[in-house]
Amino acid sequence: MSDAPPPGTPPPGQSPAGASPADGGAAGPPARPPAAVRRRRNLVAAALIGVLTMLLGFALAVQVRNSDEAQMLAGAREEDLVRILDELASREERLRAQLAEQRAALRELGGSGSRTGTALEDARGRAEALGILNGTLPAQGPGLTLAIDDPSGEVRVSDVIDVIQELRGAGAETMQVDDVRIGLSTAVTGTAGNLRVDGTPLRSPYEFVVLGDPQGMETAMNIPGGVVQRIERRGGTVRIAQSPGLVVDALRPLDRPQYASPGPGG
Amino acid sequence: MIPILGLAAGVLLGLVFDPTVPLWLQPYLPIAVVAALDAVFGGFRARLDGIFDAKVFVISFVSNVVVAGLIVFLGDQLGVGAQLSTAVVVVLGIRIFGNAAAIRRHVFRA
Repeated sequence: MSDAPPPGTPPPGQSPAGASPADGGAAGPPARPPAAVRRRRNLVAAALIGVLTMLLGFALAVQVRNSDEAQMLAGAREEDLVRILDELASREERLRAQLAEQRAALRELGGSGSRTGTALEDARGRAEALGILNGTLPAQGPGLTLAIDDPSGEVRVSDVIDVIQELRGAGAETMQVDDVRIGLSTAVTGTAGNLRVDGTPLRSPYEFVVLGDPQGMETAMNIPGGVVQRIERRGGTVRIAQSPGLVVDALRPLDRPQYASPGPGG
Repeated sequence: MIPILGLAAGVLLGLVFDPTVPLWLQPYLPIAVVAALDAVFGGFRARLDGIFDAKVFVISFVSNVVVAGLIVFLGDQLGVGAQLSTAVVVVLGIRIFGNAAAIRRHVFRA
């Protein structure tokens, strides 16, 4: 507690290293104030000294703690630091490039994801419909089988074409005759008793497998004066059987348009 | 007695609270600590010399810290902060060594 009793006559300049004025306390008061004032001043000085040294201790501890954390880097040599910095910079660059790449990919996917999804679904459905209509895909569903017995060889090309047209008119979606798929460009050729469908000879009985509304198609076939009656007049017989589950599995190659190409406004 | 108590209390407080040094203070804190240490060593030596004055100690303490901080700040502004802080540390270290030598002579008579 008796920290600051200044001696009466300080010997200035006598200390070995006391050349600088900031040395701390190398001064003495020449005139003595009254005792009460001195006492109060001592108290204030003691408090100030306490506060200052406490601050110093606090800062010291904090700084020591703080530099503990950064010691690894602080203790490294300059070359090491430069190398570490270089590595970090190049790593950052790489990561940035990666980030930009991923961002672009994300944007692309986000923008086109839903669009391509629905477009793909749409296109797939359309391709299936066209494939069934065109005969490039096997099909199944309700329909009817229609067998034409032609023992005397009197059924003509036009009769077969009529059967096909009537069936189409009554809602047939796809059909096959004796394992030949009927498509858009199917041709029935030959002479009576020696019919050909797309070049493949038909053999009696001519067996149609048709997918479509069974009831509607059977009604259309049996219409008075219709194709069935005409065939029966020629000496043939027609057997029609409805079925809830038929398979049309004969395929025909896709007709590739040679001259036509998609036009504008499509 | 008071300085030792204050120092111990400050160290304890610092260890207990363990505050994070704000970024703007980080370059100055070590310099300030060294400058304050210099003032404390100077005060201790003056005490042993019998010429200690509380007023001088307080003023030298504060001005040491402020001047050291200002020098480093100026160096930072000039772009030579690291070098100037090294210079400040070297100078203060020499002074601390000198004061420590004087204290040693007082304490060990050698």
